[in-house]
Amino acid sequence: MFKKSFREITRYPSAIVGLAVVLLMFVVAIYAVIKIPYREAIRLWRGGEDVWYHNPRNASPAWMNFFWGKNLPESFFLNSADGTAEKTVVENPDGTRQITINYTFDFPYDGFPQELILYFDVAFAEKQPFIAMEWLTPDGRRFQFGNIGVTAQQTYRFSQDQKLSRKVGGMAPQKGLFWDVFSDARPGEEMPLKGTYQLILTGTTFEPDSDIDAELVVHGQVAGLAGTDHQRRDLSVALLWGTPVALIFGLVAALGTSVLTMIIAAIGTWYGGWVDEMIQRITEVNLVLPFLSILIMVGTFYSRSIWTILGMTILLSIFTGSIKAYRAIFLQVKESTYIEAARAYGAGNGRIIFHYLIPRMIPLLIPGLVSSIPIFVFLEASLAVLGIGDPVLPTWGKIIFDAQTQDALYKGFYYWILEPAALLMATGLGFAMLGFALDRIFNPRLRGI
Amino acid sequence: MADEKLLEVKKLVLHFATTQGPVQAVDGVDFDLDYNRAVVILGESGCGKTSLAKAILRLLPRNVKTYSGEVWLGGKDVMSLDEEEFRQNVRWVAMSLVPQAAMNALNPVLRVGDQVAEPAMIHLGMKKEDALQLSLKMFQHVGVPADFISRYPFELSGGMRQRVAIAMALVTSPNLIILDEPTSALDLLTQANIFNVLKRIKKELGTSFILITHDIATSSELADIVAVMYAGQIVEVGEAGKFFPAPLHPYSQKLMASVPRLRANQDPDFIIGQPPSLIALPSGCRFAERCAERFERCKQDPPMFEKNGRKVRCWKYA
Repeated sequence: MFKKSFREITRYPSAIVGLAVVLLMFVVAIYAVIKIPYREAIRLWRGGEDVWYHNPRNASPAWMNFFWGKNLPESFFLNSADGTAEKTVVENPDGTRQITINYTFDFPYDGFPQELILYFDVAFAEKQPFIAMEWLTPDGRRFQFGNIGVTAQQTYRFSQDQKLSRKVGGMAPQKGLFWDVFSDARPGEEMPLKGTYQLILTGTTFEPDSDIDAELVVHGQVAGLAGTDHQRRDLSVALLWGTPVALIFGLVAALGTSVLTMIIAAIGTWYGGWVDEMIQRITEVNLVLPFLSILIMVGTFYSRSIWTILGMTILLSIFTGSIKAYRAIFLQVKESTYIEAARAYGAGNGRIIFHYLIPRMIPLLIPGLVSSIPIFVFLEASLAVLGIGDPVLPTWGKIIFDAQTQDALYKGFYYWILEPAALLMATGLGFAMLGFALDRIFNPRLRGI
Repeated sequence: MADEKLLEVKKLVLHFATTQGPVQAVDGVDFDLDYNRAVVILGESGCGKTSLAKAILRLLPRNVKTYSGEVWLGGKDVMSLDEEEFRQNVRWVAMSLVPQAAMNALNPVLRVGDQVAEPAMIHLGMKKEDALQLSLKMFQHVGVPADFISRYPFELSGGMRQRVAIAMALVTSPNLIILDEPTSALDLLTQANIFNVLKRIKKELGTSFILITHDIATSSELADIVAVMYAGQIVEVGEAGKFFPAPLHPYSQKLMASVPRLRANQDPDFIIGQPPSLIALPSGCRFAERCAERFERCKQDPPMFEKNGRKVRCWKYA
């Protein structure tokens, strides 16, 4: 039966597209879980600045360069500890040491960096080492700045240095240091000078075991495949991990709801009497209860764990209109001769319900189940947007939530909302197209139309 | 075994409750049946034949008003069993049913082999493989080719489905099979085939049958005893050999006269009027209204009279 159905699916182009989208989703979900194991995903999403410091803030995805026709910089970093920056040590006769770190990098971009930061890793016992810095531009200008004592884990942000700002002509240092002074660009449209830049960091230590290492991070304006958010987090982690979360939530909720609804409808119809009455009354009461408000209440007062929300969703979705729809069909099937025959040859109630009633419903169940998956995916996203998403897991809805609380659209970070929204839409569209085609294949009333 | 009857039905009553009042579908039916015999229950549509079968098998709908009487099966009073005992020990173990419209009595989502195996799995506690072996044997008995075992009901013809339904009734080898219009909606040739199958089963397995039908001609093939039902009551019971040439009750006579004859130059007769509604039964003889031979006593309810070993419910034989 399923082989035949599958062959029939290929007759509907929309179903093929839907199936392709759904399969792609599953591949992505499996890839995400294998590539970024759960703990790693949580670390990447909730780890803190230490994990994210390489990324710029609120950077668009790198492929946006293609649409803008510009070559905006991505972040890059040079570290004296791993050899990407050249470090020389000169021992002085008076016991002090002169440590020189030379950061040389090419800057062929059409935009200024977002920020320059030096992360120091300094070893000393009592006397702080002393740092001086010199910046060399491709056109031969030099800026000397710094002249600070550094502590063990100091962070030096170029943008915060007022003195440096004055030296580069009152601009923000991350712009001024790269500014092409001889271009005739109007103020506000300045362009960086392309070429090789150098930052020479000269440190003096005063103790024999004292040492200096420092990492220069040049934050770009674009980052990775998905861009970053306000906390420097790479959105691709949440987009990737949102896929399995959304699919599992949608699948489990859809499967749980439809199967339980069907079984309960079958039991109610078969036994009739007060069992049926009770199920019908519960359904009617549940139909007037506000579904979303109850979920928000549970999320607010009890637990925002995705499993709690999933359980509540299933529980509240069992006794809905579909129980009435199933009941209507079961009432019809129940009176069939073959059910009476089964009763005659002594089939017990359980056997009749599970072997005779329910299998008749499966053709109707499958398309409904597939079509209802996106409903639950959207529900999970909606809850996250409303601020009761799972507190731990990275999900699509939580990206939108963050974007909304950070006024992403107002500030022009469209990618922040459009990326998860596009994935949600693709999920909805894929399952809906597949579901409609399955409905045509399985539902005898729509067959061949 | 000679003195013990296979089935004894005494004063069996089955009334349904409806909004218009109780429907007296089965109203005091008595009959009995020996081992390896076939009783044919004849009657018009709506006279309570199917309800009688359901009453014997206790397959009651929800709106039962009265259900009383005695059913003795192999010397056991099965009416006193509770529902669960009845399901486990009587249905399909002691007697089974080929339901009306047996062609639709097969679960459309089960392969016919599994369908036939179901009763064996339920009642004999057989494993599926063994039960399937047994179904295969039953298929041989009823003349269904062995390779049909893995087909679905919709892939079978009406006659084949009927045979499968009979195989299903046979699979637990009960002593009694109730056949409720087993050949309705089948063509004459298939009807004849089915009756041949039934005759062979009776001979080979010693099964007894209750055959419910309104098809007098074909039923005469199988019948040992004929019972005629009218308006919820049995009006005549007798040996088939004596009944068919000379029925006693005026209704039976009319019924026989309505069968077209092959050789005699005689038009089929008909009965004036309609059978009475089972909700508002006339007092006295229930057939009196349509009877050409009615007289004064017919205003009273006739009891069963014995005449030459035959029983008839008519004042003519008082």
